[in-house]
Order: sequence, then C-alpha cells, then structure tokens
Amino acid sequence: MTAVTPPRLIVTASPHVKAADSTPKIMWHVVLSLVPVIVASAWFFGISALLVIATSTVAALITERAVGKGGTLGDGSAMITGLLLGLTLPAGMALWMVGLGAAFAIAFGKAVWGGLGQNVFNPALVGRAFLQAAFPVAITTWPRVGGPFMELKGDLFAMPFLHPVTNAITSATPLGLLKFEGKGTELMGLVIGNTGGSVGETAALVILAGGLYLALRQYLNWRIPVSIFITVALFSSILHLVDPKKPDALFMLFSGGLMLGAIYMATDMVTSPVTNKGKWVFGFGIGVLVVLIRVWGGLPEGVMYAILFMNALTPFINRATQPAVFGSATRLAR
Amino acid sequence: MPLAFDFRHGVHPPEEKELTRELPIRRMPYPDELVLPLRQHAGKPAKLCVKVGDHVERGDTIAEADGFISVPIHASAAGTVTAVEFWPHPDGSYAEAVRIAVDKYAAQVPRPRIVPKWEGLTTEQVVKAVQQAGVVGLGGAAFPTHVKLAPPKEYAVHTLIINGAECEPYLTSDHRTMAEYPDRVLFGIRVMMHAMGVKKCVVGIEKNKPDAIAAMQRAVPKDLDVEILPLTVKYPQGAEKMLIKAVTGVEVPSGKLPVTVGVVVQNVGSVAAIAEVFETGLPLIERIVTVTGHGLNKPQNLIVPVGTKLRDLIAYCGGVTPDAAEVILGGPMMGTAVANLDAPVVKGTTGVVVLAKHETRGETVYPCIHCGRCLDACPVFLNPSHLGDLARVGRYDEMTDAHLADCMLCGSCAFVCPSNIPLAQLFQASKAALRRVPAVTT
Repeated sequence: MTAVTPPRLIVTASPHVKAADSTPKIMWHVVLSLVPVIVASAWFFGISALLVIATSTVAALITERAVGKGGTLGDGSAMITGLLLGLTLPAGMALWMVGLGAAFAIAFGKAVWGGLGQNVFNPALVGRAFLQAAFPVAITTWPRVGGPFMELKGDLFAMPFLHPVTNAITSATPLGLLKFEGKGTELMGLVIGNTGGSVGETAALVILAGGLYLALRQYLNWRIPVSIFITVALFSSILHLVDPKKPDALFMLFSGGLMLGAIYMATDMVTSPVTNKGKWVFGFGIGVLVVLIRVWGGLPEGVMYAILFMNALTPFINRATQPAVFGSATRLAR
Repeated sequence: MPLAFDFRHGVHPPEEKELTRELPIRRMPYPDELVLPLRQHAGKPAKLCVKVGDHVERGDTIAEADGFISVPIHASAAGTVTAVEFWPHPDGSYAEAVRIAVDKYAAQVPRPRIVPKWEGLTTEQVVKAVQQAGVVGLGGAAFPTHVKLAPPKEYAVHTLIINGAECEPYLTSDHRTMAEYPDRVLFGIRVMMHAMGVKKCVVGIEKNKPDAIAAMQRAVPKDLDVEILPLTVKYPQGAEKMLIKAVTGVEVPSGKLPVTVGVVVQNVGSVAAIAEVFETGLPLIERIVTVTGHGLNKPQNLIVPVGTKLRDLIAYCGGVTPDAAEVILGGPMMGTAVANLDAPVVKGTTGVVVLAKHETRGETVYPCIHCGRCLDACPVFLNPSHLGDLARVGRYDEMTDAHLADCMLCGSCAFVCPSNIPLAQLFQASKAALRRVPAVTT
C-alpha cells in the first residue's frame, strides 16, 4: 500500500540526519574493550579478581540507580566507572571496602557534580583516591600472582570495620620492589602481566590491544595516551642516562598503572580537554607528573594523582587552547 | 603545502545521491493550481501588481521588485488569479501569496518578448535584465543574483567562482544541470564575466560527479578562461567561504564578504537561469528540483513550475512509502522540515527529500561528554561544545565573545554529536535571541 502523503510528519531543526555513533554506543564499546582485560585479571589473580571487579561494578550500578538522575544506567558510564575502579584495586581487598569505594566514586565523583558530563575528576579515580585515604594498608596489600583459580587471595569476605585476617601470601609490585628494595623486574613479566599489582593493571599488552581497538573506532582520542607515553619515555630516558640506577623508559611504560591509566582513565572524554592541542598538553602534564612522583615522590606509583591533578587543570587547558576561528586575524597572520 | 581544492575539518554524511544521480531531468506537468508567495527571496518581498480575477499568461509579472534588493515574481503558468491570501510558506510561516488556477487547455506559450543581446549590454543593463527576470541564488539562500553582479566599486573582483559542489546529501539538481546542459551553464558564465568585467572563472565540482566534470570540461570554449576544478567530497564544501578557501587557498576574513578578497560566488543553477534570460528571454518561473529520499516511491530530477504545491509534487513522484516520516526542503543538513504539504516549491527550493523513519534523528538527547568531535567537524574552527553549554543557560553575550557570529549553521557539529545535542538549532535560536537584545547605551 502506498500513501500519497505521510499521515504524520516529523518537524525538527536541521541537520535532519546524524552520524551513527551515540554516547551509549561509545560507552558500551569501552565496556566491551575491557572484557579481555577482565579475562586477563582472572587469569593472573583467579576468582578473587572477578569478585573484586563484580562487587565494584554492582555497587556502582546500584549507586547510580539510587542517586543518579534516573534512567541513566543505559548510557553505560556507571558500568565503566565500576569496572575501572575494580581493575585498579588489589585482588585481596575486602569486598565491603570495594563496594564502598564504588559507591563513593559514583556519588561524589559524578552525581554531586550533576551527573554524566559535568564532573571535573575521573569518577573511578575519585573512588580509588578515597579508598587510598581510608584504607591505606588494604589497598597496598598485593597478593601474589598465580595459584589455583578458586583460591581466595585475602580476607575478601571480612565484615566491615573488623580487623581483616591476612592469610594470603603477599608480594610487592614491580614499582614497590624498585622503590623500597632497589630490585628490578624482568620486562617480559611486565608486558605479559604476571607481576604483582592491581587486578587489571598488569597485563600491559591486553590493555594496549583494547586501546588500539577504541582508537581505531575513534572511541578514544589517541593523542592523550601517545602524549603520555612519549613524555614518560623521554623524561625517564633522560633521567636514566644521567643516573643509570633510575628506571629506564620501558620499565616506566610497562609497570604499574600507566597503561590502564593512560588508555582508559586519562582518555575519559568528560574530564580531559576538548581541544586536540589541549589533549597533547594534558598528556604531557600527566607524563611529567608520573615520572616525578615515581622517581622522587614518597609513593611508588603516581598515575592516579597525576591524572587527577591534570583533571583539575582541564578547564584552564581548554581555555588556553581554543582554536583560532576561520578568517580571524590570528589565522590570517599565519 | 596545503591542497588547493580542500578546506580543513568538515564531515562525511552518507551521500545518498545514487537515488537520482543517473536520472535525466524531466519536466513535470502543470498542476491544477499554483501558489506564488510574494516573499521567495532574501530582501524585500515583491509588490503585488495583479488582482483577483485577472488572467495571466505564462511569464507575466504578478509582483514587482520593491527596491534594489528585491526581485519580481512571475506567473509560472497561464491561468486566473483566484485569490491573494496568506498561505503556508515553505519556511514554516504563513505569507501573502497569489493563487492561480491553471488554465488546463492553455498552450502555456509565453507572450512574444524581446530577447536581450548580451554582447552590447553594459553592466547596468545586464543587472537590470537579470533583476527583471527575477533571478535569485538557486542554491538555497535565494539572494537576488543581480546584486552580486554589481559588487561595490571599491573592490576589484578578479575571479568568478561557480559553485557546483552540491555537498548536501541526496541533491543532484546541480549535478544533472552540469551533466546535461553544460553549454547553457557556460553561456551564463560568459554573460556574467562580460557584465562583471572578470577575466577568470573557476567552476568547483565535487569529485563524486565525474560525468558533470567531464561534460563541463568538454564544453569550455577556447576564448574563455574557465577552469573546471574537481573538489574533495566533503560537507560543507559548497559553503561560500569553504569553497573560496578550497579554490583560491584564501580565507575570507571573519565577518567580511567574499568580495573583499576579490571573489564572487554564484551557484550553477543561478548561472543557468541567467543563461535562460539571454537565450529565451524567459524569467525564472521554473527550476530543477531533486525530489528524492528513501521515503519516496519514485525519486526524480524534475523541472518544476515555481508555486507547485509539495503535495502535488510528491503525488507526481509516486507518493510516499509507509515508513516516510519527514519532508525536507533543501538537503538534510541545512534544509527545513515542512509541517504543511500545501506549502509550494519556491525559487530557493533545491530539493524535496522525504526521509524514512530510520534516517531521522532520535529523540533522546544525552549530556555533552566533551568528546571534542564537534571541534574537529566545525569548518570555521569554533568550539560548538562550549557554545552549546552557553546556549543552554542563555549566556548569549559570552557566545558573542566565542564567535557565534562566525557560525553559518551548517550543522556539521550536530551531525557528529554522539549525544544528539541539537547544536545548530541552539545556535540559530541564540543568534535570534541576540538580535532581539536591545543595544546597551552608556
């Protein structure tokens, strides 16, 4: 059957067509690209890793539902926050702490700012910073990698506010080993990921693959991680040349949370600069801060604070890197 | 070394031109009734000069130009004036229009007329002839063409650029005009170059129209300095300032007219209309319209009498499919959606696109996540993300500081926005709001 004219007409302003990508689509692709990272974390840290990630994610989703604007679960952003927070925690952390951190991340990292798009700081890192301040021992107790899959790596089911029973064999992260004991770690282990550390940060290659996928689909802006990698590599190479006892560029790139942070957290569109020039500056700032904190700071790892600090500078970077308008005096002078 | 035939940024919407690009231009039969609004061009509306009951022949003046930036309106078919009343206008408003009942048995032959010989005419005479023929920019904006033929004396125009980019998705009317009537286009160019005293002309055509490029290249006469320049396929390649940048490599200064860099741009269709004036003496009473879209049964390129109601045009093209949802005048990037199909085709109607439901924009709008895609899309290097934030809270003065005036509402930002924020609409509303703000005197 063919009508001569349509019965009802849509009347909207131009443009009347739209590119295929949508915000939820971008978010869910980020979630999809994290699946291999989660699988890797389970491979290295067993069921404990999955329990930590699942607890964090569920707590993030429940909190989003409870304090969010409503109907925002579908955009996928709370899911990402929950997954990323879980991936940055040690495998043996008590699950009630994990859940509390995820709730804090959503409530105070995102909702109080006005929800998606309004927050200044990366929500997952806000949650992690909260946990770092609240439970400094638990968040730096690193269970040993490997062991049976079903082995519980710590007192995961400890009751809140009771002293947890530490019964697992712990180890140190490569950065901790270097900082406190002056020991290096074999590069191969860092690349593959069978080293101590947070559940999702060790498998550098898997994270890189996820980042490559997102970059190719233009779901993350490659300028930020590339800028971070170049800065870290150059800065640490210079330091290594001056003082060979300082770690070299490859160790710096593949150890700790740098890969996860550079690819999945620094590239958070909401909290990174909107201009391409600004993205280079943002990545440069993170790279410098990471090396400064790792080499001279009191902490072995500095990715979290480096990103949070640059998040705070993002509005200023945006203002300083506005594009020159077509036909403006600035452009005509070139 | 920047490419000479490109500009930076822009977007790649699906072209969708395959629906009509191979279809030769055909003539549509006269409808039973024509509706001719007195406002069909930028500038002052025309002044009515017929009354109800008058009989008009095809090509007769029914409304005269009112001032220099105005053009007359002519009857596009022989018939009887039945009413002069407010009628749905394609822009969404109601406007004064002349309704003509078309004489079914008329031969539709225009009155005998004197065809002006272009060779002997001065600039002023050409300008006058073009104005009297009611020729306006047929690319959509409908700016009176004769005004551009007489640019201010303080600027020396060295190049005439003909806009054959046709970067809007779906539209193929300029494409078919160049492929089928290259000689007419070049004759129009000859008259324009003569009238303006310009020695050089460049015709910019997007590379996705190889047959048009070839036909135009074959038709260039030896004695004219006309270059046919293939352009990168990208939206908005046909925007005046983008086209000038692509052709000459020069950026028109912000807030200035193209003539300040010695360039005048005319649309292919307008050039063909000028040729018509000096070939047959006929005024602009019909135009080539691409009637297309996935919601339409028989997409076509048609010569349509100005004043044909959209309802009649769509019916002639086989009606709409069951999933047709939106009717757009012009292209889908900058065109206007119509609410009333009684509105007529006017001189500025480049196309009628019937979109199917699945092609239309969804209703859900997400918050801006500051992804920066709009910055990479904006051909004039604005920050639409920031402007959008300002627009939604009504901080219009700050939008002025953020160069809102440079926005040409091309819609590239809203096209790429993953959050489906209607940025172009916000900017249009902001511009309107700023015009209403009274000047502060201190």
